[in-house]
Amino acid sequence: MHFIETTSTGFFYLAPWLVFAPVVGLLINLIFGKRLSENAIGAVASLASGVAFIVSVLLAYSVSANQGEMVSVPFAEWIHIGALKLDWTFRVDSLSATMMLVVSGVGTLIHVYAIGYMREDVHFKHEEGRFGRFFVFLNLFIAAMMILVSGDSYMMLFVGWEGVGLCSFLLIGFWYEMDTLARPSWANSDAAKKAFITNRVGDFGFLIAGFLMFWNLGSFQFDEAFKAAPAVASSAPWVIVAITLFMLIGVAGKSAQIPLYIWLPDAMAGPTPVSALIHAATMVTAGVYLITRSAPLYTLVPQAQYIVALTGAVTALFAATIAVGQYDIKKVLAYSTISQLGFMVAAVGMGAYVGGMFHLITHAFFKALLFLSAGSVILGLERGHHHAAHGSHDSHAKGLSLSDLLARNNAPAALGKWVGAPAGSEHGHGHDAHGEVFDPGDMRNMGGMRKTMPVTFWLYIIGTLALAGIVPFAGFWSKDEILLDANLHYSSVYWLLTVAAFLTAFYMGRQIWMVFFGEARTDAAAHAEESPKVMTVPLMVLAVLSALGGALNLPFEGFHNLGHWLGHTLGEVEALPLNLTVAGVSTVLALAAIFISWLIYGRNPLKSGQLDPLKKPLGFIFTGMENKWFIDEIYQTIIINPFTVLSQYFADAVDWQFWHDFMHDTVIVGAYNWFSESALNSYADQKGIDAFANWLGAATQSLSASMRQIQNGFVRSYALSVMLGVVAILGYLIFK
Amino acid sequence: MVPVDYYIVLSAILFAVGALGVLIRRNPLIMFMSIELMLNAGNLAFVAFASVYKSFSGQIFVFFVIAVAAAEVAVGLALIVEIFKSKKSINIDEMNSLKG
Repeated sequence: MHFIETTSTGFFYLAPWLVFAPVVGLLINLIFGKRLSENAIGAVASLASGVAFIVSVLLAYSVSANQGEMVSVPFAEWIHIGALKLDWTFRVDSLSATMMLVVSGVGTLIHVYAIGYMREDVHFKHEEGRFGRFFVFLNLFIAAMMILVSGDSYMMLFVGWEGVGLCSFLLIGFWYEMDTLARPSWANSDAAKKAFITNRVGDFGFLIAGFLMFWNLGSFQFDEAFKAAPAVASSAPWVIVAITLFMLIGVAGKSAQIPLYIWLPDAMAGPTPVSALIHAATMVTAGVYLITRSAPLYTLVPQAQYIVALTGAVTALFAATIAVGQYDIKKVLAYSTISQLGFMVAAVGMGAYVGGMFHLITHAFFKALLFLSAGSVILGLERGHHHAAHGSHDSHAKGLSLSDLLARNNAPAALGKWVGAPAGSEHGHGHDAHGEVFDPGDMRNMGGMRKTMPVTFWLYIIGTLALAGIVPFAGFWSKDEILLDANLHYSSVYWLLTVAAFLTAFYMGRQIWMVFFGEARTDAAAHAEESPKVMTVPLMVLAVLSALGGALNLPFEGFHNLGHWLGHTLGEVEALPLNLTVAGVSTVLALAAIFISWLIYGRNPLKSGQLDPLKKPLGFIFTGMENKWFIDEIYQTIIINPFTVLSQYFADAVDWQFWHDFMHDTVIVGAYNWFSESALNSYADQKGIDAFANWLGAATQSLSASMRQIQNGFVRSYALSVMLGVVAILGYLIFK
Repeated sequence: MVPVDYYIVLSAILFAVGALGVLIRRNPLIMFMSIELMLNAGNLAFVAFASVYKSFSGQIFVFFVIAVAAAEVAVGLALIVEIFKSKKSINIDEMNSLKG
């Protein structure tokens, strides 16, 4: 081991604060949250996350000051059993520092945004008490993510991996007693459970990979495992293949790849900052980070790499086709996230680790921007809906209308009182006066919002251009680097990704035209209001990063900054020069896609109640895309239903009829009764123990009756027996 | 010098007479006297052996026996007096009220 102790120059000793700053924040909010104002809660949480960001910056600075040398900061012993030595050690190198910066940086911006967002969200839902809980979960997420990226061994990484999974579950089910339209239902809880259970499937793969690794490579620790890997790879390559492919199952679960991506669209049930932070920018990239971290293993087995790359590429294209047919503004972004994660997984699968990490970073910027802007659009629409529904023109202080306040005073806050109330009752938000439910996330309810929400509009445009891969926005450079690598390595992957990139630009164009252009299709859209500064300022920061993020790693000589920086950890990679053909093809395709989307959605804007113009020409293809290719239904049919039938069979036939009725009630109870009645009661008890006790009593009585004869009361007969006794004893002693 | 055997034989005769007296007689006073006889038979044997073996231990033991016998008689006579007070009789065969 060549690690430098913490005494080395720099701020490495601060590493534990990556985890403990958010933990302190969440403890403060947990203990004092009830007494703090909403602003104070938000400030504490944002500050805690901000401290983690500052620590990340200092650590990154220290790494670069140390010429990129990896530094281990031992923190605590965890498990020491025999050959198994697990310690909580912080691993600070250029790769983990990059992840720390992304997580805490984007995380802090989203914390700030969430102050504004959640304030309105909890007020719309009349649940102000949950404001603090949200930030507790958010800080917990930052802490868990930091454990994940700073872990020095696969098991420490797994601790964080599970931690972020828990936070994801908690936050998807944040409004656990309602659906996304705030109707009483368990839909959000079901989405949370779906995410959790799907991730369990992936975790099973991760754990198997971990056990195989410990068994064959002798350690969970990164460096030790990687050191042992080449010898194993030459003697038994299938072991490394098994490890990497089981790890891929874990990656597919966490990073939403085929076949385990199905939880991510449903995860949009969580509040929008959660969708941005956890389900777009940071947590879902954990799988990409895992493969990048395990680069020395994947490099040994090209066949596994190919499978990883193909999984990513197929996911990228598949999810992109679904995104084209979605109407919910967040669902489009969710499938876009899956698609972009496919790009990253494909990149790291091809060995283009720098490209994958580069796209991870830029994607964190622009997808967080898009999600948060979408949240702004949704809230704007909701404000507009309240405005239109109530016709009240009083000032919307904190986004609340007068009638809202009145409703809140009458509205029972407790769940129990309104569970079972008919959908669309007055206690939901956004649909007070209407019989039907108004969906503020449905793009068909929007239109023309560039006029009502100009700031959000421009932010959204920047995010879209970055995602679509238009020069010179960040997404272009990172996506182009991946395509460049694909072009060199696997042409199949290249074509899949290129088509996916085309569709990406198309569905983002469709979204822009549907949301921001044309005429308002509802009153709500017509009366939408811009979001407050606390929400838009973090978005502006993200917009700047989305626009200029490409500068991290420009494909020109001397500008491969990220490549050199990550090279300290991953080994120097050859920097690919800009290939004008590849770049040109992707740019032309992106522009063409946006143009086509304008032809379809922009030139003749959608009217209220009109069907999607693609529905007719594409026919059943569009039906498929609209319905997510029926994957959920297929899973329901081929996995969940058989599983349910099987478990019901087991519950009924095996458990109830066999074990309970037959085994327990008949066999065991019968045997017990027989045994206790005939064997124990009549034999052991009555004829054994009872008989013995009775005999003992009778024997004592008869013995004492005979002994009583001797006790005649005559002193002289006693004296005689004494003398006879003495004579007998003396006689024995003399004649023995 | 009288041989020691004679002392021992005498001692044995005295002990036998005492023992028979305790077993046969019904008057507790006589029984006490018989007990004294047995004790003194023992004393005789002690001093006889003491003179044979030229040892003082036997003679010292006799003093202990005399002291114990005196104490025993004192207690015993007191008991007899008390029994007589309550029963107006000292017949030993009537003293059987502790019989089980």
